[in-house]
Amino acid sequence: MSGMWPLILSIARTHILSRLRQTMVGVFGVAIGVGFSVMMASIMEGSQDDFVRQLVDSLPHISVTDERREPPRQPADQVFEAAEIHGLTTKQLRPGIKNPYAIMAALEGWLPGAVAPSVQAKAVIRFAGRDTAASITGIDPKREPDVSKLSTQIRDGSLDALYKSSNAIILGSGLAKKAGARIGNSVVVTAGTGRALSATVVAISHAGVTQIDENSAYVLIKTAQILAGQTGLVNELRVKARDVMQARAVASRIEAETGYKATSWQEAHEDLLSAFQMRNFIMYTVVSAILMVASFGTYNIISTITHEKTRDIAIMKSLGFPSYVVRRIFVVESMMIGVMGLALGWLLGYLMSYGMAQIEFKSPFMDATRLPIIYAPSHYAIAGAVALTASVIAGFFPARKAAALQPVDIIRGAS
Amino acid sequence: MSALVEARGLRRVLDGEVPTTLIGGIDMDVNGGEFLAITGPSGSGKSSLLYLLGLLDVPSAGEVTIDGRATSKLDETARARLRLETLGFVFQFHFLLPEFSALENVALPMRALGRLNNDAIRLRSHDLLVSLGLGDHAHKRPDQMSGGQRQRVAIARALANDPKLVLADEPTGNLDTASTAQVISILRAMCGPGSGKSVVVVTHDPALAAQADRRLNIVDGKVSV
Repeated sequence: MSGMWPLILSIARTHILSRLRQTMVGVFGVAIGVGFSVMMASIMEGSQDDFVRQLVDSLPHISVTDERREPPRQPADQVFEAAEIHGLTTKQLRPGIKNPYAIMAALEGWLPGAVAPSVQAKAVIRFAGRDTAASITGIDPKREPDVSKLSTQIRDGSLDALYKSSNAIILGSGLAKKAGARIGNSVVVTAGTGRALSATVVAISHAGVTQIDENSAYVLIKTAQILAGQTGLVNELRVKARDVMQARAVASRIEAETGYKATSWQEAHEDLLSAFQMRNFIMYTVVSAILMVASFGTYNIISTITHEKTRDIAIMKSLGFPSYVVRRIFVVESMMIGVMGLALGWLLGYLMSYGMAQIEFKSPFMDATRLPIIYAPSHYAIAGAVALTASVIAGFFPARKAAALQPVDIIRGAS
Repeated sequence: MSALVEARGLRRVLDGEVPTTLIGGIDMDVNGGEFLAITGPSGSGKSSLLYLLGLLDVPSAGEVTIDGRATSKLDETARARLRLETLGFVFQFHFLLPEFSALENVALPMRALGRLNNDAIRLRSHDLLVSLGLGDHAHKRPDQMSGGQRQRVAIARALANDPKLVLADEPTGNLDTASTAQVISILRAMCGPGSGKSVVVVTHDPALAAQADRRLNIVDGKVSV
């Protein structure tokens, strides 16, 4: 049978070349299907990856907080093992992570990444008689660059400037603009606890995300602890893992060793990630639909060719071509259209993706940006596989019909 | 002469609400090297008999044995292979593949059989065309040739795999007088001494039938004595 292949290819090639216009319609149909599929996948997955990257970059990979998975057992529960105890006063626990530096030292012994403490407090910043709500984060400027991009987001001043004065503060660019404060200005920070202190603006940060820039301010850990009224305690240990995808496993170990709740970025955004899965499912369904529609074009062409070639099929079969050879001729024709469309579609997809990546978008919520595009071989492979499969299926049915033709029926009716 | 083809109790009935009998029980032989003409009125079943002998159609009953091989139990692929190896066909309409040149059309059965390499196939195709006076037309497509030339290309194609039996269905039915004479002479020459081929021709043409070694007259699907 292997000797038949050159003949099959030769006949198939002759058929599709002799119907160049029809063939090109089919080729362009597949090409457009593949091209748009590749472009859609590039944009959708590119935007998803970009979103996840921003998410991962802007938040710690693992957040260790003083929360517990299970509420702590009361001392009476632990001593008496009773099912229910009435009338006892519960023990009041101070919020926050105790001995944060000791915990960090222990974690740094094995942690594949870096860890830094932070204290959160809600506050109002008063400057020139204007109050602006802010989210204050107490940070350790020496450790902070290892776990966040804050140091690279400082526009004026530097992270180390927090050490320059006793109460120094870094304002987000939007917050500084709302408050009307500049570097060197003194602002009054009043926390939710009622504690207030005067702080000097030493730097302006700009994350490029409006919500962050309009609400965030950064001070030293100690300053934040004073504002929050929790001296010696921190709210959160932030961990940046070397391998982002290992965050879940690392978080699980931290939780086991420290007893504090450690939340990986995957866990924190589980709903978002499952939404992405759903989005991807929809995307690939749409992409497959586009390719299926394109394959109808191929089906039409192969059907037309088999119809026009009824007599030729009868001739070949009368000469002694077995049915499976006839079937393969038309399937190969369909595949040729599919392969040509595929190659053209890949090129089209790449060019369209590239073109889309050049378009600049401006959003009031973010800095000017371009569409995030991903050039992934898997997109090309998936589009290619679906297009080729669709082409084979599109060719198979007319081919089967052609192969089932009885030559004598055609020869009898010939004129 | 020994029988190259033996048909016994051959029947062909078309199914339908009213079954139509095309061949109503025929026993016949085709001997090696014989030129047999099948004649009869239109609709008598001549062509149907030819298709059964050529394994293009499957009998409703009976057996066709070709070169000692019973064919009734062969599957479609085996029948196709036997056609390719043993039989050559010439039809009233040339039935050449329109996109292929004369040379490529003649080469087609040889390429399908796969016994010769490409060079040998090309050489034999060319030789066959030359022997039929078509050496200058080898690279022409069917639409660039006359009816007679096309029919000679079809004869060359029928001879491509050196078949033992050539079956021709009204081969001169669509030709002018000169071309008819040429085709008759070519078919007749196939059965000459040393050639060993048998030729079965279905024809209305008295001139062609007159060249046959034997005539088989068919009327209403049966051999008429």
